[in-house]
Amino acid sequence: MTSSRPLSKKPFVQKLIAVTRMQLFIPVMALLLLVIFNLIADPSFFAIKLGYNSANQPVLSGYLITILDYGSELAILAIGMTLVTSASGGQDISVGASIAIAGSVILKVLCGNESRPDHMKAPIIVAFLVACLVAMLFGAFNGSLVAFFKIQPMVATLILFTAGRSIAAWINNNELPIIAEPEFSYFGTFIPGIPIPTPVFIAAACMLIIFLALKFTNLGLYSQAVGINPHSSRLNGINPAVVKLITYMILGLCVAVVGLIKVSRISTINYSVVAKDIEMDAILAVALGGNSLGGGKFSMPASIMGAYIIQFLTTTLYKFNVDSTALPAYKAVVVIILVVLSAPVVREKINQLKKSSSKKSVKEAA
Amino acid sequence: MENVVAPKKSLRNISDTNLLLIITIVVFVFMYAMAIICLGSGFLKPQNFFNILNENASLIILSCGMSLVMITGGIDISVGQVTALVCMSCAVLLDKSGGNVVTSICLAVAIGLAFGIVQGTLVAYLEIQPFIVSLAGLFFAKGMTTIVNANPFNVEHKAFVAMRSTRIEIPFMGSYNKKGMYIPAYIEIGVVVAIVVVILLFCLLRWTRIGRNFYAVGGNALSARLLGINVKKTKFIAHLLCSVLAGIGGYVYFMHVGSGSPSHADGAEMNAIASSIIGGTLLTGGVGNIVGTFFGVLSLSTIKNIVSSLGLDEAWWTNITVAFMLCLFLLIQSLVLRRKAGAKK
Repeated sequence: MTSSRPLSKKPFVQKLIAVTRMQLFIPVMALLLLVIFNLIADPSFFAIKLGYNSANQPVLSGYLITILDYGSELAILAIGMTLVTSASGGQDISVGASIAIAGSVILKVLCGNESRPDHMKAPIIVAFLVACLVAMLFGAFNGSLVAFFKIQPMVATLILFTAGRSIAAWINNNELPIIAEPEFSYFGTFIPGIPIPTPVFIAAACMLIIFLALKFTNLGLYSQAVGINPHSSRLNGINPAVVKLITYMILGLCVAVVGLIKVSRISTINYSVVAKDIEMDAILAVALGGNSLGGGKFSMPASIMGAYIIQFLTTTLYKFNVDSTALPAYKAVVVIILVVLSAPVVREKINQLKKSSSKKSVKEAA
Repeated sequence: MENVVAPKKSLRNISDTNLLLIITIVVFVFMYAMAIICLGSGFLKPQNFFNILNENASLIILSCGMSLVMITGGIDISVGQVTALVCMSCAVLLDKSGGNVVTSICLAVAIGLAFGIVQGTLVAYLEIQPFIVSLAGLFFAKGMTTIVNANPFNVEHKAFVAMRSTRIEIPFMGSYNKKGMYIPAYIEIGVVVAIVVVILLFCLLRWTRIGRNFYAVGGNALSARLLGINVKKTKFIAHLLCSVLAGIGGYVYFMHVGSGSPSHADGAEMNAIASSIIGGTLLTGGVGNIVGTFFGVLSLSTIKNIVSSLGLDEAWWTNITVAFMLCLFLLIQSLVLRRKAGAKK
């Protein structure tokens, strides 16, 4: 590369290159493209209406609200996935299956052995805490395979990916318990009197917690250090195995939160469908945020933004009456374009093109 | 040969590839023997074994392709959905667009080739992570399958039905049923294709330059480059071969099921990865063997057979045992890798 040469003659070009190299460049550009596309195609996409739901409570509705609502699940997962990606240089593909397990555990604790209880057998908070514990245990299982047995994350989590939904079905004996009480559905839909979907608040709380954790603890520093070079971080007194294990357990916690939202939305669970393909979306969110999937440095806001962009894309496609089963094809095309644009080789080429064109203009001027 | 990346032959004079291969074969033989002893009659019939082959011919082909990519240090998770896309496209071509058997085979290979070229270029020449590229490939194939045709249907094209119901009888392996009638043992055409693929790839990996390049690139891409191997081209060829094999495997699957459906081969990529791992291919690259992969598929399906004949019919037991087996083999691999690390010190 010629970047070592002084480029002070062309401050504008340099600035342009610097901007394109910023991590938030890709997600922001993607978001802008989507927004512009929607503005041109149909501005009513951005309309937000205040209506009343069946329980006569005020609720906001509109495509933007849907994006915020469903994007929140993805954003929570993206938080955990970013940490895992950073520390272990790989992704957890078992999150969808783990969500099924967490949801199943919540229902098991709340319903006991009955499939349609009149009252919940335990407070929701207890069920949630049990689910957190179970999800963290499964996270620790994944994490210890990765950290102590040095198995590639993709493969280590393949185990739970294969078995997870089966375990979830096994926990409840393949029954689909239904919870009738309305309080349970608050987490996935609306709290009476508040017109904004609850998952948005939950996601905001998660973001706040992770922001504080990254600010006041060494979590971010350590996981990046381990991801960049586990050997040298060990020489610096960090235990890479423990750091990796912790990131997987944090992801487990995120999974439990999403599990609660998922089962709360429909007050029951469908083991084979719940959170299907969400692992792909979560990984894409991390990739869209411009984070290296090979580990190391990460940007949490970029990942969270990536999550909402994925949901934005999904909702846009739904709006244009794309069949839900055909959705992945369109998503794939968008992802390929984004990934190709962000590939280091392509970026270098683009930068070179820019430089040569600016050189030409300088010569012409002379 | 495959010792390119093996540790120093001092005390430990078996290469990783051979050690993992031996473990796989021993486990398979042991498992099958246990099944014969404990579960008796059913497993004694040769036809039982041939049935495993008949059902898994496509998986064998897919896993072989997967092993190639994994040996070069990559991964391709799109193969399962490519299979579904091939099934659906060929079904539509045969029944609704008036194609014949030959064009449908060409279509299957062409789909594989197209996926291979795109994914190979993105992985090898644009240096994007193979996982992300094939993830997008998976999504694309999944969506395309339903765009081609959303509803599952059976193919009634005559020549095709004749071909898929062709049974190749194996002499002297038949058995007598309860009435004393002789039932010849048979295999389907797909099994022949699968075995040819296994033999060809085995030769490719063992005796050709490109085969050795695969191991070298997977073992250490940097030193492979210093040795004058074209790393990008090697990776490209591996991904191309994998996708073409997915196309062929897809057609074999199509011949086995004889229908097109968006839910076909769901999760086949995970089975293929699991088979490759059980067969002793390391995901870090550089170590692996096609024969091992072949036995990996057999082990995986034998354990599924055993679980269902034990009477554990609930769907979850199969998945849980497969996952357990995967876990076991991963731990074995992890120990082998430690041995390697120990040898270096």
